[in-house]
Amino acid sequence: MSFREEHELHKRRFGRNLGLGLVLVGFVALIFGLTVVKVGEDGFSMQPQTQGEVQD
Amino acid sequence: MSDASLNTAAPRTDEAGFGDFFALLKPRVMTLVVFTALVGLLAAPVSVHPVVGFAAILFIAVGGGASGALNMWWDADIDRVMKRTRNRPIPAGKVTGDEAFAFGMTLAGFAVVMLALATNFVAAALLAFTIFFYVVIYSMWLKRWTPQNIVIGGAAGAFPPMIGWAAATGTVSVESVLMFALIFMWTPPHFWALALFMRSDYHEAGVPMLTVTHGRRATRVHILVYTVLLAALAVGTGFTAVGGPVYLAVAVVLNALFLLGALRIWRRDETIAEADDYRTEKKFFRLSLYYLFAHFGAIALEATLAPMGLGGW
Repeated sequence: MSFREEHELHKRRFGRNLGLGLVLVGFVALIFGLTVVKVGEDGFSMQPQTQGEVQD
Repeated sequence: MSDASLNTAAPRTDEAGFGDFFALLKPRVMTLVVFTALVGLLAAPVSVHPVVGFAAILFIAVGGGASGALNMWWDADIDRVMKRTRNRPIPAGKVTGDEAFAFGMTLAGFAVVMLALATNFVAAALLAFTIFFYVVIYSMWLKRWTPQNIVIGGAAGAFPPMIGWAAATGTVSVESVLMFALIFMWTPPHFWALALFMRSDYHEAGVPMLTVTHGRRATRVHILVYTVLLAALAVGTGFTAVGGPVYLAVAVVLNALFLLGALRIWRRDETIAEADDYRTEKKFFRLSLYYLFAHFGAIALEATLAPMGLGGW
């Protein structure tokens, strides 16, 4: 008998881990997409717009 | 002293799978949430980037799913009794109540925060309120206390188009309130028709459904009254900014059919209904599903046609 006998439980656990993995990958992709869109929006600036006023 | 039980227990074979956790989110209810929220988003007079729109709908759906999981956690005792719900993950023994609670709370917090980050605080606040309303006001308080549970609790299911609209505009307006009202008024006749033919379920579970507290005759009268009010609202919406000729045509036809169905239900008594296994009630229930999808589909169509100068008035 093999020590690593496949139990139905292992299949279910694998299915759950795979599902969760795919959800996480999807979430990362979504956050990346959102970031690209938000950064590309009009009015978004990496530099403070009031920089000049602050220096004065 | 011996501890014979130590490590001798058989491995737990009933561990939940991915599908069991997904079932906690009430996927069928989620379909309605996704669809109506999407219509709310599309009908808004503001263009939303598709990625932001997709994220908004996803987080609204996750929030709706979270409230479904929390509802199943709270209602596990009555779900065990009712035929319709006894195969849900908790009564079926696949997921524990604690797991469902943790899952629901985590997803609820996640969905609200993510919606706020992806769109705006108004939409996120509406989503948080919807989850609170469904879990605390409806599930914990109203459902087991008053036969008006479905009427007031229906508000929870009516919020998604409002959240979709708010995700796009950042505000609540007359149009979004009208879409809310449409689902709010539709919910009672939809569920009361179900209660009529799911005869013993609510009774055995001790849920004070109108059929249990006021009798089946009163339920039939209530269905008719609510359908008349709903028809006036649904057709009236056709003359507002979210309506248009397509919507109005759909509303007139479907409300005529819906009124006819309600009238038939009102005219029947239990003897006739039992004789044909609640055929009219089941037909009305099925029609109610098409009714809502068609109305919101028409609103979406009007919004899609508008940029081409065809939709709306």
